[in-house]
Amino acid sequence: MADAGTVGAPTETVPGEDLSTADLTKMYRAMALARVMDERCLTLQRQGRIGFYVPLQGQEAAQVACAWALDTEDWIFPAYRELAIALVRGVPIKLLFDQFIGNSGDVLKGRQMPNHYGYREFRFVTASSPVGTQISHAVGAAMAARWKGEAIVTASFFGDGTTSSNDFHAGLNFAGVFKAPTIFFCQNNQWAISLPRERQTRSETLAAKAVAYGIAGVVVDGTDVHGVYRAVKDARARAIAGEGPTLIEAQVYRLGPHSTSDDPRRYRTDAELAAWKAKDPLARLKHELLASGAWAEEDDTALWDGLKKEVATALAAAEETSPVDPMTLFDDVLAERPPNLEEQRTEFAAMLKDGVLRP
Amino acid sequence: MTELTLVQAINRGLGEAMRADPDVLVLGEDVGINGGVFRATEGLFKEFGGDRVIDTPLSETGIVGAAIGMALYGLKPIAEIQFLDFIYPAFDQIVSELAKFRFRSGGQYPCHVVIRSPYGGGIKGGLYHSQSSEAYFAHTAGLKVVIPSTPADAKGLLTTAIHDPDPVLFLEPKRIYRAVTGEVPEGENRVPFGEARVARAGDDLTIFAYGAMMPPSLTAAETLAAEGKSVEVIDLRTLVPLDERAVVASVEKTGRAVIVHEAPRFCGFGAELAAILAEKAFFSLKSPVQRVTGYDTPFPYALENLYLPNAERIVHAARASLSAG
Repeated sequence: MADAGTVGAPTETVPGEDLSTADLTKMYRAMALARVMDERCLTLQRQGRIGFYVPLQGQEAAQVACAWALDTEDWIFPAYRELAIALVRGVPIKLLFDQFIGNSGDVLKGRQMPNHYGYREFRFVTASSPVGTQISHAVGAAMAARWKGEAIVTASFFGDGTTSSNDFHAGLNFAGVFKAPTIFFCQNNQWAISLPRERQTRSETLAAKAVAYGIAGVVVDGTDVHGVYRAVKDARARAIAGEGPTLIEAQVYRLGPHSTSDDPRRYRTDAELAAWKAKDPLARLKHELLASGAWAEEDDTALWDGLKKEVATALAAAEETSPVDPMTLFDDVLAERPPNLEEQRTEFAAMLKDGVLRP
Repeated sequence: MTELTLVQAINRGLGEAMRADPDVLVLGEDVGINGGVFRATEGLFKEFGGDRVIDTPLSETGIVGAAIGMALYGLKPIAEIQFLDFIYPAFDQIVSELAKFRFRSGGQYPCHVVIRSPYGGGIKGGLYHSQSSEAYFAHTAGLKVVIPSTPADAKGLLTTAIHDPDPVLFLEPKRIYRAVTGEVPEGENRVPFGEARVARAGDDLTIFAYGAMMPPSLTAAETLAAEGKSVEVIDLRTLVPLDERAVVASVEKTGRAVIVHEAPRFCGFGAELAAILAEKAFFSLKSPVQRVTGYDTPFPYALENLYLPNAERIVHAARASLSAG
């Protein structure tokens, strides 16, 4: 189907055209890969093999369909829960594991917690932890792209909790004023750690907030790849046509904890979880594929077995990769090290050499 | 050479940079048709249009956040924050995002935004139009902090800032925007970062200052000269990167140091200078380091002339230093 570590490029589509069965099959594969990696990472964290993890289970359809509708030239400004977006973009699994471990293969040189990755090659900007800060970056980048005459869009990703942040307001307001060619992709997963969606805003929907900014706002069922794909395709076409930004609220559910440090049993009910589990986006798309006749249970079994092996192979390779070189600590603070940093680096090197510090 | 005020020099620097490089643009509140509340961007809107001299909504976090996005995409944005006192809504964008992008991305995403902002007291601005909060930013790894005190340096350092690969906080001493004039070289003339300027050479004592504290420091040196004391005055120009070598070398020569800044003393930038001298010039020091600074209070309105260091206070501290040890 696709090369190891990637999920295959979207089949050519044009606005107005529906997703082909070939697309849907590839999308299902991407969603399954994200699910397999997610489950593996939760285990790795429990085993102490990675320090932390932020799962995305329940949000695979929204992410994959969104990434499918974007062009590979478009810029992604993710939060820390966008694994399936990264996979659709083609980020190799091994590179992601390198980041989770923080080894010498990590493009980020082991500097960030798991999930805060970024890959310039894939136009996937390095994430941070403060919520919402990436929104106005996407707006500024969209303005810059337009200024340079490049017909691309930027897309920022965030959750329901972020709609309460100052940067959400600033970003959407700027985008409205400047008609920036950007897409605000809000995955409303119903919970911001322990706070339910109702505790973020009295607004009936999150997408309704678009009205006040004078921009388009759309609510979609985030477990439905078709609806999400269509909404993002339309938003992208509007942005490219100079008609401004769109706020898309994809309604999903965070099936797992906020992070490996969180225990959702403290604040939500088993009944609520069960109701959403019944709407698992993977089950939904699998059902559709089976009904289409293009997919069979044997294909499904083979897919999941294959993905587990692929993930295990990548993980093993990442775990064999050497640790990050301590001396890289002093790189990339500024383009060149100022004298004080050079001095600290020399001190550090001497302490490593003398055994005062041990890696 | 042309005789310009400090704010005119900044205006020239902006215009020349924009003329030379189409990727340079300006954004901020009232920077367009109004030319900025201090007129630093006067005439730029007319010459370059609203797509490059962008009047933004009233949101500092939006201004800096959008500028970061533009820089990530390859433009060279110059964001104006109308008063340094209003930069705090953008603090998260500056400290968490701008300063960390290069490091956190493993060098993939350098982010060279210049943030210009008028700072400091002396204009009857009270608590919220007078602050000198450079220390917050100097404390943050990944930012450069630049403070000119002369028209030539204002233009030369700004030009360097615009072409620097790193984010630069460019703080403009608004009290001397028009009070100071000087010869400014025509055309592109970059003043390098990390090189302090010996504004006056001397042998008996060193005054370290920057920005709007340079004029009273030079006046103080003049007063002390009349008393037969030879005082060196060093303009730091860039707090990050700091010309530590010049700081240490001067005190190795004079043996005495007075540090002047208008920010509060506690954890102010002077504390770093004093620590460097204690670490690296301890055996050259003939008397304790003196700090002449703002007090550890919010910035006052009616009492600002008593709050701000002036030549008299600097002379007072210098005499104490000269008579001790």
